[in-house]
Amino acid sequence: MAYSFPEEVLEHVFSFLSSDRDRNAVSLVCKSWYDIERWCRRRVFVGNCYAVSPEIVIRRFPELRAVEMKGKPHFADFNLVPEGWGACAYPWIAAMAEAYPFLEEIRLKRMVVTDESLELISKSYKNFKVLVLTSCEGFTTDGLASIAANCRHLRELDLRESEVEDLSGHWLSHFPDSCTSLVSLNMSCLGSEVSFSALERLVARSPNLRTLRLNRAVPLERLANLIRRAPQLVELACKQLKALSGFWDVVPSYLPAMYSVCSGITSLNLSYAAIPSSDLVKLISQCQNLQRLWVLDYIEDSGLEALAASCKDLQELRVFPSDPFGAEPNVSLTEQGLVSVSEGCPKLESVLYFCRQMSNAALIAIAKNRPNFIRFRLCIIDPQAPDYLTLEPLDAGFGAIVENCKELRRLSMTGLLTDRVFKYIGSHAKKLEMLSIAFAGDSDLGLHHVLSGCDSLRKLEIRDCPFGDKALLANAAKLETMRSLWMSSCSVSFGACKLLAQKMPRLNVEVIDERGPPDSRPEDCSVERVYVYRTVASRRRLDMPDFVWTLDEDSSLRYS
Amino acid sequence: MEKCSSAAVFEKDDLNLRLGLPGRDESEQPSSSCVKTNKRSSSEMENQVQQSAPTPPKAQVVGWPPVRSYRKNALHAESGMLVKVSMDGAPYLRKIDLKFYNNYLDLLKALEAMFKCTIGVYSEREGYNGSEYAPTYEDKDGDWMLVGDVPWEMFITSCKRFRIMKASEAKGLAGSCSPSLPQFLLTKNIQLSPTNLSVGLTRLTSLVRI
Repeated sequence: MAYSFPEEVLEHVFSFLSSDRDRNAVSLVCKSWYDIERWCRRRVFVGNCYAVSPEIVIRRFPELRAVEMKGKPHFADFNLVPEGWGACAYPWIAAMAEAYPFLEEIRLKRMVVTDESLELISKSYKNFKVLVLTSCEGFTTDGLASIAANCRHLRELDLRESEVEDLSGHWLSHFPDSCTSLVSLNMSCLGSEVSFSALERLVARSPNLRTLRLNRAVPLERLANLIRRAPQLVELACKQLKALSGFWDVVPSYLPAMYSVCSGITSLNLSYAAIPSSDLVKLISQCQNLQRLWVLDYIEDSGLEALAASCKDLQELRVFPSDPFGAEPNVSLTEQGLVSVSEGCPKLESVLYFCRQMSNAALIAIAKNRPNFIRFRLCIIDPQAPDYLTLEPLDAGFGAIVENCKELRRLSMTGLLTDRVFKYIGSHAKKLEMLSIAFAGDSDLGLHHVLSGCDSLRKLEIRDCPFGDKALLANAAKLETMRSLWMSSCSVSFGACKLLAQKMPRLNVEVIDERGPPDSRPEDCSVERVYVYRTVASRRRLDMPDFVWTLDEDSSLRYS
Repeated sequence: MEKCSSAAVFEKDDLNLRLGLPGRDESEQPSSSCVKTNKRSSSEMENQVQQSAPTPPKAQVVGWPPVRSYRKNALHAESGMLVKVSMDGAPYLRKIDLKFYNNYLDLLKALEAMFKCTIGVYSEREGYNGSEYAPTYEDKDGDWMLVGDVPWEMFITSCKRFRIMKASEAKGLAGSCSPSLPQFLLTKNIQLSPTNLSVGLTRLTSLVRI
């Protein structure tokens, strides 16, 4: 072509493209652009580790520096995915260890990671910088010791919410004295005592440390010292903040230091700390630049009102239940707290809220106050609770949310909900990417509204709803435009699963049923769980446990 | 192979509002909803669930409320001193975590805020005399005691349950007295004046206290 740029120029231009969407678009222009782009892509995000194989990724992108990947479906967080289902990181780690000697960043979510994998990571990449393991499991502190000892340029070690077998706290001492690169350390999931002096020394020699999340075993009296050594902290989380209430009284000389740190804090995770509302308010009112707050419902409506008054930059709020299984409310937290925050915080865009009562009026008010919501997740402890004032379904309330919040990307609903709410969602939630539904709806019509109406839908997860074959089969083609669909305790028959798999060769239809082979029961019998996802890897994954069935290419039932 | 024209199938359907247990459809096999665990659930429990009223049994539903087990375990480890609090005249129970509080003053202030009442200040001689409500608790031995009499540390380890009584009812409880005492005082037609009462109680206190 007379007008084509030299490769180097194109590559330079492409280097300014960071979004995957842009890069994907660029690679579709022509073969030569595809080739140039693939050689210079440095970051890849694999939303479902089974959607593609390591070989395919490595073949297409030979020069990656950062890989981010997700494994189990979200409902695995709530024990709805049986143990041993899959999402093992090792095959990926092993393949990448060979292919990417210059890999710098690995971020995994909901995957099973072994000490073996961690050791392999620590020894394979000379310039490894970032390891983030979110909600992962399968490793111990020995694996962490390898990372600490061998990754000389480690910047970020983040184990958020992972289940780590805690063999000892000594792993922290494996960071060599020469390691000064730490920017972020999150070890809040670990239980055992770490050597506090090792921690202090690590903090002292990490001038770039911005984020520190500690576990409960850090003695609080020494926290003040730690904070003073890290004045550049922007994110702080600690489980034993109870002592802070006494802290204010006992160590007033530290207060100026605390206050100055507080004003810099933009993210606060107190969701494991049992602190009464009055103390929470004292702390939070010092953190005027707070953008993100995770807290337990001990904060109560009064605390949320105070939050709304002092934290005008708040973007994300998560309120978790302190006593989720109690029959009676143990704190005074109601829908009013959420209404206050929606009124007072103009930048609030992301909410996760557990409470025990809700009304359409409150939801409508919230929707009108905050049309800029991007994520709205509401969990009422009684999953089919109606509007507590009128006893009607909460259809109108959630309808108002989707109608007013035009940028809504994620929605979780609870409460008494009929097919009507799904009609609203299908008509209005055009930017919705992820929807979680539980104990809602009346018929297949509900599911049909969602699948046919939500143009941007990527992930749909449903439990205990009367949705079945009709809606699923009628919208089979839609499923290929989505990352995944999860349905458990619904009314999807094995026959429909087979039919879907036959119709849609690029979908993997996994029937996850612990009652034995599905073909030992009548075809119209409902399956316990079905997980449908698009994939370009082979349909049958090699690590399927014996309670998972998929259809192979020749439409015969396969199980391991 | 079935061909479903989605439009034809669904536009004819009216919104059929049925309030029933999810998964229940007369024409289909009942799906085993609600009692799914990694282990087999008992079929008896399944039947019970499916035939019962629309709300699923609360504590028996797997994965509900959607709190990560990681978080659940953390909470369990944190709280260990939850006690129920009832107040005479209030329609519901509340629960508090005694670990929150450092002393009686903090605790009582919190209770006042929670129940919107005035409890006032404790005095050893007069208990909560003069205030509308008196906080009492049931200790490990099953005795009802007035809050404030024993050292704080002893209190939080022995308190099983709280009851915010009307002050008039709590008069017999100053010190380590058993609940039968006020009844004795009130039903035996003993003429009581405030001075008599407080002096009498002080004497009783010194007799009864172990």
